[in-house]
Amino acid sequence: MSSNAITIPGTQIEARPWVDELHQWVTTVDHKRLGILYILSALLFLAIGGVEALIIRIQLMRPHNDFVSPEVFNRMFTMHGTTMIFFVAMPVLFGFANYLVPLMIGARDMAFPRLNAFSFWLSFLGALLLYFSFLGGSGLYGAGNAPDVGWWSYAPLGARAFSPGHSSDYWTLALLVSGFGSIGTAINIIATILCLRCPGMKINRMPLLVWMNLVMAGMVLIAITPLSAAQIMLLIDRYLGGHFFDTQAGGSAVLWMHFFWIFGHPEVYILIIPCFAFMSEIIPVFSRKPIFGYPVMVAATVCIAFVSMSVWAHHMFTIGMNSYANSFFTLTTMVVGIPTGIKIFNWIGTMWGGRIQFKTPMLFSIAFLFQFLIAGLTGIMMAASPFDWQLSLSYFVVAHFHYVIVGGILFALFGAFYYWYPKMTGRMLSERLGKWHFWLFFIGFHLTFDVMHIPGILGMPRRIYTYEPGRGWDTLNFIITIGAFIQALAILVFLANLVISYFRGARAGNDPWDAWTLEWSVSSPPPAYNFATVPTVSSRRPLWDLKHPEDPDSRYE
Amino acid sequence: MSTVTTTPSFPNPATEWHLPSRGKVAMACLIIAESAIFTIFVVAYLFYLGKSVTGPTPREVLETPIFYTICLLSSSLTIHLAAKSLERDYRRLFLLSWMLTIALGGLFLFGTAQEWHRLIYARGLTISTNLFGTTYYSLVGLHAFHVTAGLIMLSLVAIFGFAGRVGMDQSGRVAVLSMYWHFVDAVWVVVFTVVYVLGR
Repeated sequence: MSSNAITIPGTQIEARPWVDELHQWVTTVDHKRLGILYILSALLFLAIGGVEALIIRIQLMRPHNDFVSPEVFNRMFTMHGTTMIFFVAMPVLFGFANYLVPLMIGARDMAFPRLNAFSFWLSFLGALLLYFSFLGGSGLYGAGNAPDVGWWSYAPLGARAFSPGHSSDYWTLALLVSGFGSIGTAINIIATILCLRCPGMKINRMPLLVWMNLVMAGMVLIAITPLSAAQIMLLIDRYLGGHFFDTQAGGSAVLWMHFFWIFGHPEVYILIIPCFAFMSEIIPVFSRKPIFGYPVMVAATVCIAFVSMSVWAHHMFTIGMNSYANSFFTLTTMVVGIPTGIKIFNWIGTMWGGRIQFKTPMLFSIAFLFQFLIAGLTGIMMAASPFDWQLSLSYFVVAHFHYVIVGGILFALFGAFYYWYPKMTGRMLSERLGKWHFWLFFIGFHLTFDVMHIPGILGMPRRIYTYEPGRGWDTLNFIITIGAFIQALAILVFLANLVISYFRGARAGNDPWDAWTLEWSVSSPPPAYNFATVPTVSSRRPLWDLKHPEDPDSRYE
Repeated sequence: MSTVTTTPSFPNPATEWHLPSRGKVAMACLIIAESAIFTIFVVAYLFYLGKSVTGPTPREVLETPIFYTICLLSSSLTIHLAAKSLERDYRRLFLLSWMLTIALGGLFLFGTAQEWHRLIYARGLTISTNLFGTTYYSLVGLHAFHVTAGLIMLSLVAIFGFAGRVGMDQSGRVAVLSMYWHFVDAVWVVVFTVVYVLGR
């Protein structure tokens, strides 16, 4: 199928000086390159955030450990949380959206290529600002000081009196700047999907990945902006002497919590919905069946987006809201389980009776299904406010949300890496290293986060830098730390796989998985112009129609 | 590995294929995002009404800016007129009503400046005086910031217009800008209601 690529004389250039190459990457407005830049920057910060997690785990490995000081420990969990959410998860998902959405809808590029580049560099600048705080947090006189008040910076901890120096300012500016980047990308994704679809790509024929990224971008518009607004208020408090969150002048610390979680909870869905999108592309291809219940999947996604906007205060059951509020947020939180359950049934329905191929992307996807289910179940447990009163602020909560973020989001992302890496680079990732990566990460993940539920139930609080021996937490914490190191080893295998396969991997060809969406119709990696001729589609699986002209999908839709 | 050997040639193009304009969709998205930001500031304003531990209170110091409100709201009419006349290529009418829009917007900003000057120098209310000051200057200031941004963009178009570069082919872009201006006016309706009607 390489005949689809046009050879333009003078574009197949041999070796360029590396400065030219770098200059091209820095000034690029191509959605594929920006997508890869997003992904690479996310991998960089994944490594940094991972090291921070390991420092946390080494410190907690045994009681009365003094690997790091309490102050450093606080900085580590603050930086770990902020980094992983804002500078790993968001950029990597935006990266995949950037790369895949135009290719899947048969477009030349995103709707606003320069806005796209601007958004990426804003979010990267945000990450640099956050990490510059290590140097500049207390001015430039040596003792670096990163933010240490938790990834939510609860009032009044973020106020001048409790966060002297500039560490909180860097945190605020980092989130504000990267938030503007996210809004720019969200606008771009929506405009691309609504305005640049190729002929025949009706809204009900779009691949589910495109649908779910549309919903995700819509959520970014209304969920990231409250965070930006709250950060502006915090800046006004810190620099202009405002009183938004200053309790001594009548301000409210609880209002900050509301504003933060109005962002914070939808954020979880902003991260997980693109992962649902990966699942909805990978599972059908490796089950050799079309997705089960396409319209219901779309409806469930939209439903999750709506309901998730009204669940935020389940993060605040312990601050003493009245019983009506507690009941309302318990109810809405449990309601989210219904559309999510529908999705899980649909994925299982897709696999049911299919000829399942256990390639690495599928392994990660199947693990995702089970782990995300368990994460959802502990979520429903926590949604019951009396149960939450008992376990809030304990390691049970930490285990729960890491089950969502690692067991759900990260597993889905690894699946996506193995699935689309051939498209992005033209080389297959090694299946052998992939299996090592999967099983090591799977074992490490379960060792860490299954076990972590137990010290939570036994009463181990979050965010403590050490603990007394003899409370029954010692062995458990030791096992958790071992699991963390096995996960780190798995990540190293993964990174090695990315690098080695880039040079030595088997040639992928256009369509290594025999898949059905438009991105597989162009060469790997796709040419800068994406499609030599604008494709026209007449069903949800355009490449199926192409490969099976005797029995096209369009006959049944 | 791929089992396909056919050259990809997709079925014949669909007969009719209409998609919305990307500029309008993007502006609509921006407006949704901005609305969420304003909502948070409005909620903070309402939540903190009457919670200031020291004076002055809104009732003591605020005066309803009726004239300047009329200015801003009527600028929505003039920009609409401008956009419509550009669509029909009435360039002089476009420039006239466009300049009128800028003048009305500028007048509104002048009104805000005058009010702030009075509050700061005559009444001693600053952003750090009390909760009312904090929320009032933030909310009204956020709106004034959006008016300023809008005026800068309107002025750019005016400069191009006087250079004779804004014709019918630009009417789509001008329409996108006028969406933004309508949004800024609509936000003022909310801010006015919250600050000068409910808030007193």
